[in-house]
Amino acid sequence: MPGTYRHRQWVNNAAFAVTGFCALLTLGVLFFILGYVTMHGISSLSWNFFTKLPKPVGEPGGGMANAIVGTFKLIGLASVVGLPIGVLGGVYLAEYGKGNTTGFLVRYSADIINGVPSIVMGIFAYTVVVLPMRHFSALAGGVALGIMLIPIAVRSTEEFLRLVPMAIREAALALGLPRWKVILRVVIPTAMKGLLTGVLLDLSRVSGETAPLLFTAFGNRFWSSGWMNPISSLPVMIFTYAVSPYEDWHRQAWAAALVLLMIVLATNVGARVLMRNQVKVVA
Amino acid sequence: MMNTHCEERSDKAICRRLNRSPRSFRSLAMTSGLGDRLFKNLTLLFALSILAIAAAIAWELFKNSALSRHAFGWSFLTRQIWDPVAEDFGALPFIFGTLVSSALALLMAIPLGVGVAIFLAELAPRKVSTACAFLIELLAAIPSVVYGLIGVFVLVPFMRVYVQPFLIKTLGFLPLFRGPAYGVGMLTAAVILAIMIVPFITTISREIFLSVPIALKEAAMALGATHWEVVRLAVLPYSRSGIAGSVFLALGRALGETMAVTMVIGNRPEVMASLLAPGYTMAAVLANEFTEATSDLYVHTLIEIGLVLFAITILVNAVGRLILYKMSPYAEPH
Repeated sequence: MPGTYRHRQWVNNAAFAVTGFCALLTLGVLFFILGYVTMHGISSLSWNFFTKLPKPVGEPGGGMANAIVGTFKLIGLASVVGLPIGVLGGVYLAEYGKGNTTGFLVRYSADIINGVPSIVMGIFAYTVVVLPMRHFSALAGGVALGIMLIPIAVRSTEEFLRLVPMAIREAALALGLPRWKVILRVVIPTAMKGLLTGVLLDLSRVSGETAPLLFTAFGNRFWSSGWMNPISSLPVMIFTYAVSPYEDWHRQAWAAALVLLMIVLATNVGARVLMRNQVKVVA
Repeated sequence: MMNTHCEERSDKAICRRLNRSPRSFRSLAMTSGLGDRLFKNLTLLFALSILAIAAAIAWELFKNSALSRHAFGWSFLTRQIWDPVAEDFGALPFIFGTLVSSALALLMAIPLGVGVAIFLAELAPRKVSTACAFLIELLAAIPSVVYGLIGVFVLVPFMRVYVQPFLIKTLGFLPLFRGPAYGVGMLTAAVILAIMIVPFITTISREIFLSVPIALKEAAMALGATHWEVVRLAVLPYSRSGIAGSVFLALGRALGETMAVTMVIGNRPEVMASLLAPGYTMAAVLANEFTEATSDLYVHTLIEIGLVLFAITILVNAVGRLILYKMSPYAEPH
């Protein structure tokens, strides 16, 4: 009997049971993924994985030492390319860019860059770095990842600087400090923890990216010296190994996935624990 | 203080009160003027470079697709042919695949994501809710290639053995569910995509649900509404535009998602009626064929696909941002 109190109670309970089921399902998927990758990853991990180079195609054994180092090199290069632009751009937005056209345009372009699919970012890096140099390089991969770092760095910097109370700036200004020193010596140190969180979350997001590296850093099976040569990275190795026909490569793909997941989640969780007592987290 | 207009006005007020001319203060300000100007211009330079990069991305994609744009014109978007040997290209199967897989993913992710958000905001105790929100955000942190790996080795066999035969048996009279069970295909890609975008919908929706004015809910309760009726009559209508905003952002993410989709969609450049058939997306064809493209025209064609993908995602994101901007002037980037 629709409309009766009993019926409405029943609908109430049923509806909330469905939402509870949704939550269980989603969390279940998360735990399944984490568990499955851990299970398959651990059984395939070995000391060789961290210390050896990949064996020639089709030969079992070997490791991914070069890809692990390559991933860190690429993230380092990306930080050098992207973080200064992101953080200083964020400082501009928070301190000088409120309510003016430049601020709006910059904020808007950061959002546009944030929405650009990662594979398209790869094409961009390909056209501006790979085409003029005529070969794939670590530099191109770093540029692609670096640009991807910018939007979140900008917006989180802006957000955390805004949280610094006006009274603190006014106190510093009243002591006769020029504005730039107020920003550098008072505002930024106050917001440091937040800025660090934003940067770490940003890095964790970008370090798992595969698509922008496919035709920029490309990958290779040896140690890659300098920044001008193609360089191997864990995400690209996972992709290559997963779609290959070799059983042993599949095994190594799981091991690589576990290592990559650990790197990404450790950074992500670390950043958010750092932040726990402060305001809500960006992204 | 943040606003130069205000600054001048308050300066004048101070001058008036101290009964001194503004000029006598200017010398005071000048001592720090150079450093301030330098610093401001330095940050401005970096800020403007963001603008320049956004413009450069659009320009590079446009410039480097010239050959293809001239060769095929607008019909590139509507032709269904992909022949690298004869160098005859049309992007329809990829555009179709991208749109259909994303739409299907939304169909699954919206009810799921909003359901989770309702549970977390309305039913779960605050501590549980915060912990769950934290975990669900982890889902968004998992790299897409790891989703792809799970897709290839877990989801594809599962779909092939259980889900697809079941769909063919029960709903096979519809053209949507015909054909052999390959495991890979449009539906499989959509399932992976749905899992990947649920966190976007849940995180934003939950925050909006939590911000619904308590008075609205109390009003509904005072009229005798059950808890669910409060959600349906007060919470959801109030949050409608916010949910829409989150859906657009999630859609933007789904459209451009590359690795996971590439690994499970089957990579066949054809428009097929069946959701079980293999398909192809714009992002996937770029990932698979870019390094293998030998001729200039082939490369330009792929870059034009990138341009189309870029245009679509920008449009979708712009709509989503606009909706969320309207709700709060400084919506977070998600």
